[in-house]
Amino acid sequence: MWRRAAVYGPWLSIRLVNAGFHEKQGNMSRKLHARRIEGIDKNIWVELTQLAADYKAVNLGQGFPDFSPPSFVQEAFCKALNEGFSMHQYTRAFGHPNLVKILAKFFSRIVGREIDPMEDILVSVGAYQALFCTFQALIDEGDEVIIVEPFFDYLFALSKQLKGCGPVLSSADWVLSPEELASKFSPRTKAIVINTPNNPLGKVYKRKELQMIAELCIKHDVICISDEVYEWLTYDGTKHVKIASLPGMWERTVTIGSAGKTFSATGWKVGWAMGSEHILKHLKTVHQNSVYHCATAAQEAVAVGFQREYDVFGTEESYFHQLPIHLHEKRLRLADCLKSVGLKPILPQGGYFMIADISNLNVDLTDPSTKDEPYDYRFVKWLIKEKGLATIPVSAFYSPEHRNEFQKYIRFCFVKEDSTLQAAEDILRQWSDGKLKKF
Amino acid sequence: MRTSYKMASIKHKNTKRIEGLDKNVWVAFTSVAADPSIVNLGQGYPDIPPPSYVKEGLAQAAMVDRLNQYTRGFGHPTLVKALSKVYGKVYDRQLDPFKEILVTVGGYGSLFSTMQALVEEGDEVIIIEPFFDCYVPMVKMAGGKPVLIPLRLKSSSAASSVSSADWVLDQEELASKFNSKTKAIIINTPNNPIGKIFSRSELQAIADLCIKHDTLCISDEVYEWLVYKGHEHVKIATLPGMWDRTITIGSAGKTFSVTGWKLGWSIGPEHLIKHLQTVMQNSLYTCPTPLQEAVGQGLLRDFELMGKPDCYFTSLALELEGKRDRMAAMLRQTGMTPVVPEGGYFMIADVTALNQDLSHMGDDEPYDYKFVKWMIKEKKLASIPVTAFVGEDSVKQFEKYIRLCFIKQESTLDAAEAILKSWNKD
Repeated sequence: MWRRAAVYGPWLSIRLVNAGFHEKQGNMSRKLHARRIEGIDKNIWVELTQLAADYKAVNLGQGFPDFSPPSFVQEAFCKALNEGFSMHQYTRAFGHPNLVKILAKFFSRIVGREIDPMEDILVSVGAYQALFCTFQALIDEGDEVIIVEPFFDYLFALSKQLKGCGPVLSSADWVLSPEELASKFSPRTKAIVINTPNNPLGKVYKRKELQMIAELCIKHDVICISDEVYEWLTYDGTKHVKIASLPGMWERTVTIGSAGKTFSATGWKVGWAMGSEHILKHLKTVHQNSVYHCATAAQEAVAVGFQREYDVFGTEESYFHQLPIHLHEKRLRLADCLKSVGLKPILPQGGYFMIADISNLNVDLTDPSTKDEPYDYRFVKWLIKEKGLATIPVSAFYSPEHRNEFQKYIRFCFVKEDSTLQAAEDILRQWSDGKLKKF
Repeated sequence: MRTSYKMASIKHKNTKRIEGLDKNVWVAFTSVAADPSIVNLGQGYPDIPPPSYVKEGLAQAAMVDRLNQYTRGFGHPTLVKALSKVYGKVYDRQLDPFKEILVTVGGYGSLFSTMQALVEEGDEVIIIEPFFDCYVPMVKMAGGKPVLIPLRLKSSSAASSVSSADWVLDQEELASKFNSKTKAIIINTPNNPIGKIFSRSELQAIADLCIKHDTLCISDEVYEWLVYKGHEHVKIATLPGMWDRTITIGSAGKTFSVTGWKLGWSIGPEHLIKHLQTVMQNSLYTCPTPLQEAVGQGLLRDFELMGKPDCYFTSLALELEGKRDRMAAMLRQTGMTPVVPEGGYFMIADVTALNQDLSHMGDDEPYDYKFVKWMIKEKKLASIPVTAFVGEDSVKQFEKYIRLCFIKQESTLDAAEAILKSWNKD
């Protein structure tokens, strides 16, 4: 599919590089950039965030809340700032002691095993950097990585950088076919990446589905990278299950978490990777050779937040209990609104996002600047420019090979203040009424 | 349980790119910091508080909803605009905040983004010894080959009073390190650990070679404001022909005494910065928002005061100069020979004259590693061995030196002085 002959070393891009390529740059005439960054310079978030800002669009695109983090966590941050000088200086590189200790305590209770705070946890600059460390540490040239589509687009870029990307799957009914999945495993399969609750679909993998994946991982001796940043956001009584807690899986799973998504503070960029020491130690090597330390005060505040949640876990007071309830209603409200204007939403079981089928809309997209782009990209740009509403095209979450089959969905983030959702609704209703008036 | 289950699988070993990069000097010595009975002049961070307006700026930022969510990936607007103002003045050129600046996780993150963006297998990168220890592993992780060249003590310097200016590069030796495979040279000025500030003519010599061989220059200037009386920090990027080929790295941690905020920046021409931005968007995407807002506000405040004594960039240097001189005097009194730094917050000292017999400690480590361990144990004073900052071939040249950090409160320096004064009394 997109494997090419290995030519230049451990990092490769997907396209072969012409040997004699030279860029004329300023007064430098040699080729400057490393091959590893070829083909990954374009980034949909950079492009669309800029467009949304330019057109002052109501932003249901990028996934961040527009309400504040809970006060107990904001207060913890302010308190941390005023404690001794050490809050403003380097802390332990692999994770601030207070934070790794409470994370170990908290998740030991959930996973059902003793997690070592110093050996089994690495704190990172957001879950994004945890993913980066995981791939850099474990995926070599020639390794295959199974990624389930639709996937958080960064995973694709990571695999592309490392030239480790192997076959990927798609699933029309939003389930994995056991036969199809089994057929993707080969002796070169190093890892499988799952994301549950899933971005953008909102699917929450059932225990049975995870069990099936686990059996294949064990049979083929494959590492499981489980991105669980939305783990607290499940609706309609759906339960989030940690694949690392299944028999035989702790030893081969890296579980990724995010304080940003947990405490609605995406701008703090605190995340973590959790797993068996013999795998985590390699992530630590990447971390110590790339950023080394993460910001101290933010880690302290997240630690205080988790300690509080540990104490009230399972009760009504818990933020992990209240946030999904709060979002449950917003999710239904947005779904109703989308339905009423002719879009077909897919109600998510978990996460921040909802995708909707736009094929009924029949919009005339004549913008010449987007001529060669997939339909959903063109639609999203049109929606920003003409209607002032920002969303994300779902084909961005598919591999190039499958993109054409998935051009008719757009993604909405509903983790927004009611006023934002109202503004979005107004735009959609106005548009829908406008269309009706034409006939 | 399935049949082919294995515990510690061969598939779980590290990738080739990080082979051999797991050990580092800090792992060996940072646990020392936890012991309160030890006076820690080892790892380089202040135990003095940051300026209050910078802390307050952060507290204020944390109360604004928007500032607790993702900001612009390549750098929060308030911060990049403030950086372009401050550095626009320093460089005396218009800096595009969005295209010529990238905000990273500390100066460390800038170094990483630069290496990943611009260095690959087949490239050689010249590194001057002694060097901040991460340069070599980062070049290796990017697939490049480090080519080392040591600073050498001028034989003309008086034995009793050595300055970091007495450590220089041999020009012929430097020229010999450049070849067609040389992708970049890394310079660090003011230098960690020696504290040398490269003079304009020294930088010109490096610039001439960069231009002649068409190489890049990576200039780590995190200590740029910590310049002592009689010396001037010169930015190599301002020399003719150098802007287009230089990435200059700065640090909020070192600028505002907030190493735990982990914010830094790379400044350079768009055609280079864009590649660093690609690495950024594919590694951690964005840095923390409220911290960036606070640093931006702090920079704006100090921009207005630039050149005046109450500008933090100036006042911190003045405060540290006193500590520098105090530390040098303490070390001399004990019999060590300090190298008085022109800049930065480290000082190295030659311990040869103490004639400390460490033969009981075996011979599998350089002398300075043994000395540092002995000093921690016997004198309860922590420092860092300077050979941690050099390659194997230069160990003999540097193994009688230890590095001490003097950005410490007076009470810490008092405690260090008490130890040094009673050194010979045991």
